[in-house]
Amino acid sequence: MSLLHIAIFSPFLMAILVPLFYKGLRRIHTGWFVLILPIVLFTYFLQFLPVTRNNEAIEKSFDWIPSLGVRFTAYVDGLGLLFALLITGIGALVVLYSIFYLSKEKEKLHNFYVYLLMFMGAMLGVVLSDNLITLYMFWELTSISSFLLIAYWYDRDRSRYGALKSMLITVFGGLAMLGGFLLLSIMGDTFSIRELIAQASELNDHPLFLLALVLVLTGAFTKSAQFPFYIWLPDAMEAPTPVSAYLHSATMVKAGIYLVARLSPIFAFSEYWFWLVGGVGIFTLFWGSFNAVKQTDLKGILAFSTVSQLGLIMSLLGVGAAALQFDGINDNVYTAATIAAIFHLINHATFKGSLFMVVGIVDHETGTRDIRKLGGLLSLMPITFTIAVIGAFSMAGLPPFNGFLSKEMFFTGMIQLLDLDLFNLQTWGILFPVLAWVGSVFTFIYSMMIVFKTFTGKYQPEQLEKTPHEAPIGMLIPPIILAVLVVVFGIFPNLLSYNLIQPAVAAIIPSLIEPGEKIAVHISHWHGFSTELKMTIGVVALGAIMYVTVNKWNKVYNLFPNKVTLNTLYDTSLYAAERGAYTLTKSVMTGFIRTYLVYIFIFFIGILGFTMWTEDAFKIDTSQLAPIGIYEVVLALLILLGTVTTLIARSRLTSILALGTVGYTVSLFFVIFRAPDLALTQLVIETVSVALFLLCFYHLPKLSRHEERMSFKLGNLLISAGVGVTVTLIAISSHSNKWFDSISKYYIDNTYEKAGGENMVNVILVDFRGFDTLFEICVLGIAALGIYGLIKLRLGKKGGAIDENE
Amino acid sequence: MKTNDVILQTASKVVFFIIILFAIHLFFAGHYHPGGGFVGGLMTSGAIVLLLLAYDIKTVSQGFPIDYKILIGVGLLFAAGTAAGALLFNVPLLTHAFGDFNLPLFGKTSLHTAMLFDTGVYLVVIGVTMTIIQTIGESE
Repeated sequence: MSLLHIAIFSPFLMAILVPLFYKGLRRIHTGWFVLILPIVLFTYFLQFLPVTRNNEAIEKSFDWIPSLGVRFTAYVDGLGLLFALLITGIGALVVLYSIFYLSKEKEKLHNFYVYLLMFMGAMLGVVLSDNLITLYMFWELTSISSFLLIAYWYDRDRSRYGALKSMLITVFGGLAMLGGFLLLSIMGDTFSIRELIAQASELNDHPLFLLALVLVLTGAFTKSAQFPFYIWLPDAMEAPTPVSAYLHSATMVKAGIYLVARLSPIFAFSEYWFWLVGGVGIFTLFWGSFNAVKQTDLKGILAFSTVSQLGLIMSLLGVGAAALQFDGINDNVYTAATIAAIFHLINHATFKGSLFMVVGIVDHETGTRDIRKLGGLLSLMPITFTIAVIGAFSMAGLPPFNGFLSKEMFFTGMIQLLDLDLFNLQTWGILFPVLAWVGSVFTFIYSMMIVFKTFTGKYQPEQLEKTPHEAPIGMLIPPIILAVLVVVFGIFPNLLSYNLIQPAVAAIIPSLIEPGEKIAVHISHWHGFSTELKMTIGVVALGAIMYVTVNKWNKVYNLFPNKVTLNTLYDTSLYAAERGAYTLTKSVMTGFIRTYLVYIFIFFIGILGFTMWTEDAFKIDTSQLAPIGIYEVVLALLILLGTVTTLIARSRLTSILALGTVGYTVSLFFVIFRAPDLALTQLVIETVSVALFLLCFYHLPKLSRHEERMSFKLGNLLISAGVGVTVTLIAISSHSNKWFDSISKYYIDNTYEKAGGENMVNVILVDFRGFDTLFEICVLGIAALGIYGLIKLRLGKKGGAIDENE
Repeated sequence: MKTNDVILQTASKVVFFIIILFAIHLFFAGHYHPGGGFVGGLMTSGAIVLLLLAYDIKTVSQGFPIDYKILIGVGLLFAAGTAAGALLFNVPLLTHAFGDFNLPLFGKTSLHTAMLFDTGVYLVVIGVTMTIIQTIGESE
């Protein structure tokens, strides 16, 4: 347990203390106490920067379940540190924002901060774990805390719906990912990611490799809201806005990105990885941005925009995998895509965080997030407007903000694919730049919608619930910091180059780098009048035209009816699953014992008949048979007569008496087979049981006492015949297959010698195997007490004794 | 109207003792001839059932003031006690011992601890059958 571990666990420890602060110090907003922790953690993680700058890593480890090879290895390299800084940095800003966003009096703050801290700790654990199992543990903790945070206002229907949806989808992916992890550990015989990376080339030829790849990607895609799993993210917008800003834009949804980046060194040599990550990413980019334009809720737009931007990063990571097909980093232009991915990851966290906070402010100050009601807030909320402009323009990819740079690099990465002669890219490669460009046009449109539909246009005070005014300063500070970062990174991008981006990229493509070597990361503003710049100009031009004429062409969204959406698919499949399970249970579990008996018997016939058939077990051996005497024949006919009479008798009384005949004949069989003890017992017991049957018969209710023959059902006949035939066949076969002599010789020899008796049956019962007898008399005793209890203890439904006189 | 069961009742009084004797014979003969605790117990309760048929439950339970549920417990205690008694002599559970003894009245007699076990069975069987029959008979 090192300081690093304590840092990872500190949010959990803090979460334990939060309720104490909340109950004990009511006058101070609990958030202020919480705020200290992410700030401390942020500065703590900053001190690792000099280490990771040199592409070195820190590793601390302690055993958790050593017998299973599960260690908690905290591993800080460029990639992990970048995420840790994002988590703690934006975490601090979000906590500060939430202090002003959530009311001290009305909200259950202790719940909120416990969940938030739990999430923060889990997220730190995800990005700093080297062990697959600990990573999975923290991964599921993020799912759970996200579930709790989405349903923070649990008295609202939509919150619960959104929480359940995100839970189902992310946990589905998480379990798939666990499967992938286990396959990886089977292939590589270790849970450590770095040891797996070391043997990456051997893993590539393993038969389980492709399955592991698909399963791990399922986990990453569900968490990072890629197509078609993105549907939970728009519904997760029911969470409080600080949560949306933190989890659903900056951190949790990037866990999938992190996973893809982290496992790239293992999987990225594969063609499937390239197509799955790149293809799904680029399509998500297009689909998310296309759908964002039709949203009317600001948070809805931002949700789809997040989906789209995550798709962008994902596609860059996929395309970056192409770099691994060439040796060395000199002249390897495909590393540019990975650099762009990391750069855009940082940029997205900054501008999307600030935009969410802006939307939160607008919501907080006007009471609505519907862009049809909003408008003309420019003069009322100038600071918010400025932040919104910076964030949205950066998102749209306009200079001089950081989004411009990463978008240029994105285009570069996509265009370079056209020169690549791999993975059938000659045929389909053109789709990447085309979808990227179209997606960017839509991105431009919705970015403009966020700014201009909210802040310009006609001011409609009658539509608003509150009188809007500028937000309190505490709510403005976090987005201002983020907006300043947007501008700073936009103007001085190389602040990040070698401090953060290069170490992270080095962690994603380690096999390309010789020790001591560094990837050249230099982000330049102006690289000539290139294709990328022409594409950006095209995006702005077409985007502007389309934004102005949006009312003309937005009928295109009506082309797809509401029924043909992934949400409908999700809802109907959930409904169908419930309905189907219900119908299945209803049809199988009828509540009739005879149905269950039919199941049992059919299974009995099936399994035994099948075994007999496949094992070719049937055998008749007549050499061991005893001669048949006349008595046996007569008694057998008698017993047959009794049985048939029992079955076809019209009256129950006849059946009871016929059954008695069968019993007495059995005792006669015992006589002629020389079993006097059995004959005696059978005789008495048969008498008693017939008497009891008669008692039951006498007390049958008069009302429904129909004297009618058992009704005939062909199915029942077949099943009972089947059971009879099966048992008979087994009996014949087992009689013909005696492999060992009986042990009864021992009893015959020793009954008098050792047990001092002459009645062998009785000696076996009380002496040789008296233990059985002991428990058989226990059974009898229990039966008697059971009958006594049934008859004497008559409790009504409420537990009181029923008065028999009533 | 009260029927007069004098023949049945008189016959029962005689037959009862014959059946009891037969039952006791079956019980004691168990180790050497067909019989034993189980059949002996059933036959004994059969004798009591005969009295139940000839008279009524009240009369019979005055004649035999026994709570048959306790009889079950006593029987089980006999059987389990015999089984556990073997442990006192440092031999496995349910190990029986036997031998010939010269008893004052019976002369040379073979005694067997299995008999104690069988007594347990005997008592339980009586208790069980009588509990069942009496409970059902008393219920309305």
